[in-house]
Amino acid sequence: MDNSFLLSLITFSPLLAILILLLVPKSQITIIKQLGILGTILPLILATMLFVSFDYHQIGMQFYEHASWIQIPLSLMADNQTYYLNIDYEMGVDGISMPLVFMTSIIATLAAVASWNIKKRTKEYFILFHLLLIGMFGVFTAQNLLLFFLFFELTLVPMYFLIGIWGYVDREKAANRFLIYNGIGSAIMLLGFIAMLFVSSLVSPEPTISIWRLVEALTTPGNAFVTNVPESFKFGLFMAFVIAFGIKLPIFPFHSWMLKVHVQAPPAIVMIHSGILLKMGAYGLLRMGIGFFPDVAQKMAVGMAILGLINILYGATLAFVQRDLKMVLAYSSISHMGVILLGFAAMNLFGFQGAMFQVISHGFISALMFFLIGVIWERTGTSQIDELGGLAKSMPFVSGVFLAGGMASLGLPGMSGFISEFFAFLGLFGSHPVLAAIGALGLIVTAVYVLRAIMAATFGPTPTKYQQLADAQPMEVIPIVVLLGFIILIGIYPAMLSNPLQETLKTLVIQVTGIGG
Amino acid sequence: MGVKDIFAYDWTYLMPEITILGFATILSIMDMIAGKRLNRTILGWFALVGIAIATYFVLDNVATLQEPYSYLFDTMRVDSFGNAFKLLFLTGVAFAILLSISYIKESDEVKHTGEFYYLLLTGLLGAMVMASSADLITLFVGLEILSLSSYILVGMRKKNLASNESAFKYVVTGSIATAITLFGISYLYGFSGTTNLYEMTQRLAEAYHNGFGFMILIGFAFMIVGLTFKISAIPNHMWAPDVYQGAATPVTAFLAVVSKSAGFALIIRVVILSFAGLFNPETQMSMFMDLLWYVSIIAALSMIIGNTMALRQTNIKRLMAYSGIAQAGYLLVPLVIFTQSFIFEQTIFFLSAYLLAAFGTFAIIMVVTRDRKTEDLKAFAGLYHRAPLAAVAMTLFLLSLAGIPISAGFFGKFYIFLGAIGNGSFWLVGIMLATSVISYYYYFGIIRQMYMRPGETEAALKLPAGVLVVVIVAALGTFVLGILPEILINYIHDFFNPYFNLGDML
Repeated sequence: MDNSFLLSLITFSPLLAILILLLVPKSQITIIKQLGILGTILPLILATMLFVSFDYHQIGMQFYEHASWIQIPLSLMADNQTYYLNIDYEMGVDGISMPLVFMTSIIATLAAVASWNIKKRTKEYFILFHLLLIGMFGVFTAQNLLLFFLFFELTLVPMYFLIGIWGYVDREKAANRFLIYNGIGSAIMLLGFIAMLFVSSLVSPEPTISIWRLVEALTTPGNAFVTNVPESFKFGLFMAFVIAFGIKLPIFPFHSWMLKVHVQAPPAIVMIHSGILLKMGAYGLLRMGIGFFPDVAQKMAVGMAILGLINILYGATLAFVQRDLKMVLAYSSISHMGVILLGFAAMNLFGFQGAMFQVISHGFISALMFFLIGVIWERTGTSQIDELGGLAKSMPFVSGVFLAGGMASLGLPGMSGFISEFFAFLGLFGSHPVLAAIGALGLIVTAVYVLRAIMAATFGPTPTKYQQLADAQPMEVIPIVVLLGFIILIGIYPAMLSNPLQETLKTLVIQVTGIGG
Repeated sequence: MGVKDIFAYDWTYLMPEITILGFATILSIMDMIAGKRLNRTILGWFALVGIAIATYFVLDNVATLQEPYSYLFDTMRVDSFGNAFKLLFLTGVAFAILLSISYIKESDEVKHTGEFYYLLLTGLLGAMVMASSADLITLFVGLEILSLSSYILVGMRKKNLASNESAFKYVVTGSIATAITLFGISYLYGFSGTTNLYEMTQRLAEAYHNGFGFMILIGFAFMIVGLTFKISAIPNHMWAPDVYQGAATPVTAFLAVVSKSAGFALIIRVVILSFAGLFNPETQMSMFMDLLWYVSIIAALSMIIGNTMALRQTNIKRLMAYSGIAQAGYLLVPLVIFTQSFIFEQTIFFLSAYLLAAFGTFAIIMVVTRDRKTEDLKAFAGLYHRAPLAAVAMTLFLLSLAGIPISAGFFGKFYIFLGAIGNGSFWLVGIMLATSVISYYYYFGIIRQMYMRPGETEAALKLPAGVLVVVIVAALGTFVLGILPEILINYIHDFFNPYFNLGDML
């Protein structure tokens, strides 16, 4: 089969669901829900095809698509000459983005299943849900900065509605905070992107904002890009990307919006948010921050490691004192995002691999955990640890998986969390042993808070009101089994993920050490 | 100069203005002689016909005119700069008339409907004159035609106290602004002895070389401060909220878009034509750049004050007024960064995006506020359930105003950013980005009302035909320009730019 349009097909396949949903009357709730779930199957199939036909051994972009899109006349320099800025429609995946696309399609389908519990305005919900999907696929496949930005923003508006309409009591505040924080992030990102264009116009007769062209130009030693652009400018741009994507990730001082979203958004949306949207930050940081400026990143490695440490320890400590399961998981996410930063900071193959493993692994783990919290909330109407307890008796399956998810989260060998943390710390011990040692402390705290929360919620005496609770329904078992399956699969067969990552990350490491070292 | 010489000119290039003048005259006569029984809506449709004909003539000029055509020492000047603005004005007034037809039909406040239509046309005529003259006298006449028409239009709701108040305020503050402008112009005339902008640029340069730089600055400062009135920028912005609130909504939209665009046409032409030559080759000092520095302060303050003041508004039209102040700030940025001929593309593209978004927004505001009988933001509560498509369109317009993709407004801002960063004006871009993010808050405040708050009623809200046309055209335009902005950018670049570059103008 001809795969030349596969990425566009994946990205825009949710449009089909949107169009069909528009035609279904509002009152047909069951049909709408079925269509909403079915709509995510199409991208899932396409993404599986992508996963299967991806060539592990090829370096660089695959499934590359290219079409001319916008041509803007522009004079960027003071010499009054007109340039035509070509902004092309460019899509492509490499070892970093392909697994993310695949993961997105899986979590999207499961989140759609989890959306079965949505009670009001289902039609709008699923339309926005699929719009969000387009944005997420687009972010991971776009190979042009402007296209990337458009898709990035396309996730913003549907998310605002999904949080603000279908969230819990304090939903509007959460939606607002989400909007403003991410708006600031996007603004800084846009500034950085345009500055990239400006830089490229300074050194080349054909200014470009094509991602791979920029990477190529910026990492070729002796290239005009590398020699002509002042260090301070590069440093400023790198910092701009760190802040822009740091808000999304989130990095420590910019995290407060994400807590609100985790608590207030409906469980299915938190699955997507925690599972995929946060990863857009990690992806952007790796692709733009480190990808464009490997030499600056190399110099800033210690700073990044320290930010990572703060995230790990801050998240873990605060997760320990939370009373709400959602807050525990939200802080736990912050802590786990720190591991990604540590992996990046290691600046070697192990570190990058650990970070990317963490991106994928945390995507599945947090999706699983938030799905379970949704299941528990459906039955008990609370996620407060104090009010829960003894669920293991009435809901053995859910509690069991909850424990398994917790184990994966704290890095039990044989599960995906172990591999990622192992690699990330292995990498960091190679380059910054002291920082790595401090970071390892965080792992201990993680074990403590995970166990505390899970024990308190599932063990102990069962309150009478929870004795009659039903265990997971078949509809709920599917996502649980699939997610847990992937967590264990990555844990015991990491090659599934490391194979595609290998070549791309090797190239990146050469760039990082080749110029910086 | 004899009468003969006047007839020697090829007057066909002035057909757009002549058409509008003719239609305005005929409309006013028709209004006078027709009996009370005549449904004045016909006058509205008739005015639209006039606009269509004038648009045809402008397009014809665009296609046939290879270089600027000048009448009577540039007192009227048909060039691509003016033509592009005229197309904007014509579209804007056509929208305004469409809205007015629906407005008047169901209004119990506005009785004298004939006036409504021909005053919009005379306002349009004033705007067109402002866009196509290179002589301060004619420019000023155009400005006054526009101003006088809008003073009356604002006071059209005769029985409404707020409308009367706003009309009075508009006249008083407008007159003060005019006086300030004239005072500034008098200085410039004093130094140059001419009102022709092309001659003025040389004389002012001479005066500058002779050490009168400071006096030129005074003239410039007074003139520009006076002119900020029309574009509702700092420091002459305080009228906007009151007037926007008091005026009938179609008139508000007219002020927000057409009147503002005309102000920009005037400012850009005057500033660039008469001041760009203030350059001292010996010291390599350019006074022009200093003058632009003052304008950039106006731009920055407009963005900051407009966007922050809008946060506290509960009245939708006052909110739009502050939003308009902020938009004026954004629009001054291309002029300030002065990236050669791209001022033109950037301004026209942004204005087009703004025209579509603002008219779309005001169209829906008009329907909603009239239905709920309040201009409070709460009037929008539950709009999504009452008129889903209107709410979706409104969302698109608001996204465009906020500059969020996928909308024309995003590309308008993006294009300005490109120029500004290319010129190294990071601080202006920084302010523009930061205030844009602030603006998310109040634009999404409206969206929040529409989608997330329960309304007092669930009754379906129908859009009248005229409003519907405006909303559909504006929504389609906003969306298409958001995905394929090059359609418009390249059209502007290819068809208008060849004879608007500074070399020819100077």
